[in-house]
Amino acid sequence: MGALIEFNKISKIYKIGGSDVIAANKISYKIHRGEYIAIVGQSGSGKSTCMNIMGCLDVPTSGNYILNGIDVAELNDDELAVIRNRTVGFIFQQYNLLAKLNVIENVELSMFYAGVLNTEMRERALKSLERVGLSNKIMNYPNQLSGGEQQRVSIARALAGNPSVILADEPTGALDSKTGRDVIALLEDLNNEGNTVVLITHDNFIAQQSNRIIRLQDGKVIYDGPSNESSKIQTEEVLYEI
Amino acid sequence: MKFSRTLRLALKSIVTSKGRSFLTMLGIIIGVAAVILIVGFGNGMEGYVTDSFKSMGTNLLNVNITGRGSTRSVSVDDMYLISDENIDLFSAMSPMVTVDATVKLGTTELDETTVMGVGEDYINMKMYELSNGRFIAYADNLSRSKVCTVGSYIEDELFSGDAIGQTLKINGNYFEIVGVLEESADNTEGSSDDYVYLPYTTAAKLLGTADISTYSYAMLNEEQSEESIDVLEGVLYKVFSSEDAYRVNSISEIIDTMTSMINIVVIVLSIIASISLLVGGVGIMNIMLVSVSERTREIGIRKALGAKRKDILFQFVIEAGTISAIGGFIGILTGYALSSVATIVMSMMMSVDIKVSPSLWSVALAFGVSAGIGILFGFLPARRAAYLNPIDALRYE
Repeated sequence: MGALIEFNKISKIYKIGGSDVIAANKISYKIHRGEYIAIVGQSGSGKSTCMNIMGCLDVPTSGNYILNGIDVAELNDDELAVIRNRTVGFIFQQYNLLAKLNVIENVELSMFYAGVLNTEMRERALKSLERVGLSNKIMNYPNQLSGGEQQRVSIARALAGNPSVILADEPTGALDSKTGRDVIALLEDLNNEGNTVVLITHDNFIAQQSNRIIRLQDGKVIYDGPSNESSKIQTEEVLYEI
Repeated sequence: MKFSRTLRLALKSIVTSKGRSFLTMLGIIIGVAAVILIVGFGNGMEGYVTDSFKSMGTNLLNVNITGRGSTRSVSVDDMYLISDENIDLFSAMSPMVTVDATVKLGTTELDETTVMGVGEDYINMKMYELSNGRFIAYADNLSRSKVCTVGSYIEDELFSGDAIGQTLKINGNYFEIVGVLEESADNTEGSSDDYVYLPYTTAAKLLGTADISTYSYAMLNEEQSEESIDVLEGVLYKVFSSEDAYRVNSISEIIDTMTSMINIVVIVLSIIASISLLVGGVGIMNIMLVSVSERTREIGIRKALGAKRKDILFQFVIEAGTISAIGGFIGILTGYALSSVATIVMSMMMSVDIKVSPSLWSVALAFGVSAGIGILFGFLPARRAAYLNPIDALRYE
């Protein structure tokens, strides 16, 4: 079986005010099923671009992106929507829950677009809310929940769609450090249960919790290896910045 | 399943901003109510006109002889002959002599009472029934007798239910009441129950004239009105050699003309009222465009979670359609309420019984058009939402 995610010389060039901005410059890497990986970099390093392309929210300017054996670079808007729906579970920094829907309706949303039957949808949503420890708040609305709870709802939403990969974009960015640690611990548990988790962060400490780190700088991969060996580079970088 | 959930979502977002939703609906509400009210008025007028003419008898043709000087004229016998020679078309004929008379009983004067000289068949032509005594007879006309048959109102009002054998003073002459007709129009003053019928010969004498200018023919079949008119006009043309000397009218033709005139007015007014529906549609489009930009982030989230373009399109079109359908529904209720009010006000102010009754088709049309307008004008904003780029939408603040 091949890799779950395969980037082959992915480039993304934005045109801003007539000049080209290279956000990703021939990035290549593979992510396998069951991995817990962090993509780290400062802002402008290209990690958001990678996240958007991995999540099929955007298409690369050049290069191939093979997700689950499908080359998604050539797909149109609606085909990408189907791939996102079936393959990717998003966890965003700002939670991105819909304020007008209650907790369980939020969790059901991606299954709703997948056309899952009502009863099955409810069952799966309850199960994943139970998994994140929120089965007592299913009828609450997002604004009645704390930040940590909202982020857990969004994790439940990502889980309920039964995706091949969970993409967490700065999931602790809006949380205090304790709640942040809880969320990271939850992601780790999910990985231990067999889910592929990709963590996108600028925070080196959080990145250290993963098993593997891909470090990006100026649209290029500067490190790809086990997380415990990346500290050396991290230190060098910090020294360099000073 | 998707539909019911989308509909519920649409209702939810309408309810969460009640004030805005109501203002958006207002154009639709006014338009629908106006169309329903106008069509209701049209129906009321049509009903009123039809009823008033029908009471004159739709099986009757009226002939008016204006004549050409004194050189040529037709006699009553000539006119009877037309009916007798065309028994396949006409069942009866009666001369009609309206007398502008003062009717008195003692010192009481009847102002509203109509006095009319008729032939003996008139009672059958109008399908009236006698409640007592007899109608004007052939012999009465022959001998110009001073007898009369009266409507039920006169008997009840002046003779407290026992008029036979009593006398009425008409233009100074005493007439013996020989018969009373049964009630045919609510027994009110000035109605067809407030009539005094004389022999037409006596009535002509009262007026001091020998020429009778108005005749009424009863047709065997209303469908044959064209043929019947042709026959009458044919005979009269032979006598007068001029089309201006006479006029033949059928009540059903008059009703048809009036009805189509009312319909034209109703259609024109409805089109004007529909402009409000159009304006309402533009209002919906405007508010949906605002809604789309307010909810850009929501659209981004939905797209990230796998909503296709048509899902987003559907959501916003349903929302716009729901707003205008609710507006249409409120408009229908308002239209009906206003129709009842208008009926009451008109009967109080003008003492005419015009019943403002909206047609079912106008209700269905107004509702369909309003829902359709919502969908039509909701489509552009919905399309804009559907084509948003998911990343831009997600990052939108």
